[in-house]
Amino acid sequence: MSTSVLILVVLASLGLIFGFILAFANRKFAIEVNPLIHIVEDVLPKGQCGACGYAGCMAYAEAVVLNPDVAPNLCIPGKEPVAKAVAELTGKTAAAVEPRVAQVKCAGSNEKAVRGYDYAGVDDCVAANLLFGGPKSCKYGCLGLGTCVRNCPFDAMTMSPAGLPVIDPDKCTGCGKCETVCPKKVIAMLPLGAHVRVNCNSRDKGPVARKACTAACIGCSLCVRECPYGAVKVENNLAVVDSAICREQCSDAKCLAKCPTKAIRPAVLGIVPGTEDQASVEAACPSCVKSTAAAG
Amino acid sequence: MGEYFTLFMGAVIVNNFVLTRFLGLCIFFGVSKNLNASVGMGMAVTSVMTLSSILAWAVYNYVLHPYNLTFLTTIVFVVLIASFVQLLEMIIKKHAPALYNMWGIYLVLIATNCIVLGVPLLNAESHFSFLKSVVHAIGSGVGFALAIILMASLREKLQYADVPKSLQGLGIAFILAGMLALSFFGFSGMIPL
Repeated sequence: MSTSVLILVVLASLGLIFGFILAFANRKFAIEVNPLIHIVEDVLPKGQCGACGYAGCMAYAEAVVLNPDVAPNLCIPGKEPVAKAVAELTGKTAAAVEPRVAQVKCAGSNEKAVRGYDYAGVDDCVAANLLFGGPKSCKYGCLGLGTCVRNCPFDAMTMSPAGLPVIDPDKCTGCGKCETVCPKKVIAMLPLGAHVRVNCNSRDKGPVARKACTAACIGCSLCVRECPYGAVKVENNLAVVDSAICREQCSDAKCLAKCPTKAIRPAVLGIVPGTEDQASVEAACPSCVKSTAAAG
Repeated sequence: MGEYFTLFMGAVIVNNFVLTRFLGLCIFFGVSKNLNASVGMGMAVTSVMTLSSILAWAVYNYVLHPYNLTFLTTIVFVVLIASFVQLLEMIIKKHAPALYNMWGIYLVLIATNCIVLGVPLLNAESHFSFLKSVVHAIGSGVGFALAIILMASLREKLQYADVPKSLQGLGIAFILAGMLALSFFGFSGMIPL
């Protein structure tokens, strides 16, 4: 009897002592958290993609509330509405978010790209890239093993049977996660609205690139000469389109007409690069129709 | 001096808490998916274990033992360690936010973990002196860190291995831990505790 009373007394006093210590500590070490941080965090999309440059949505919410220099429009997946809401909550002036979408700069599907060897290893681009830069002869192209597809936080990518990822433009938020994980850096975040895009990432010289892939940009500069606005340049044997000039000044997409390998194509979203048909071109870029037809 | 060294090495390798006594397995499997997290966990466990061993030693030798309350050791230690970890978390959060961001989240995970409870209990049971308790606690912590870092490195490699579907995830991790434990059994008996 006396033992059980003793146990009760000891444990009760133990609980009380620790309870008081913790209650006191809770007061003493209390940290004031700005409630606005949680409100801002609720507004963010919580993909935890890190496109804003912070470790996650919580980290960005904290930074944007506490630091007056952090802009409210860094959340790329959230686009305009989130930027506006965050700006309103934090009392900052909203700046526009340029909508962008992921695009694969490679049309080297299984038929078009030449293979140097057969790869039978782990189903992962990073692993394949370690083995002589992957099975494709072109060392710049998409490896097609789907590391980007598995890492997409918004479920916007699928791997097509042709061996190139397809990006759903409605789901893609332009967070840039795929750009980061791709060992070939063949995915780029491109602003919406440009008429044309270059479906190639090869910096090899013309003949080498051509040998490795029938869809390669060979750096011949025909598109550069065709474009009257100077929107296309060739850098390191690869045509590059300045999307701002292309979007704002061009209305006829002349650059498409003479490309010998059809590496520069109308910017049709949501398809395997290089497989656009007449209807999708008409829908996405009416001004490209004529020059696409001229190219055959 | 040699006695302490033997105790330390014994706790790290020969009587490794995870791999030969199978304590602390939940965090061992839960946090060993990537190397960075496991290093943080190892450090958190080592420091918490050392500090709580010191506290537990004091409580055992100045309260429980003199008043013949040793039959309450286990439950007193549970309460003691749980509240101490809470307290530690508050203090770190307030005074060392950088440290808190690094391994603060692991602290709550180990508040009532068996490995953190096991070491002070074992110290009390073996009637270790103060210094011996501390050395034993640090050794056990280092042993835990060693085991979890080994495991995390192996599991990171495993991501690129062709594991049968039915064994993916925890299944292969259990097998791996078994093999790791088997290799650690090679040390058994070298230093009796």
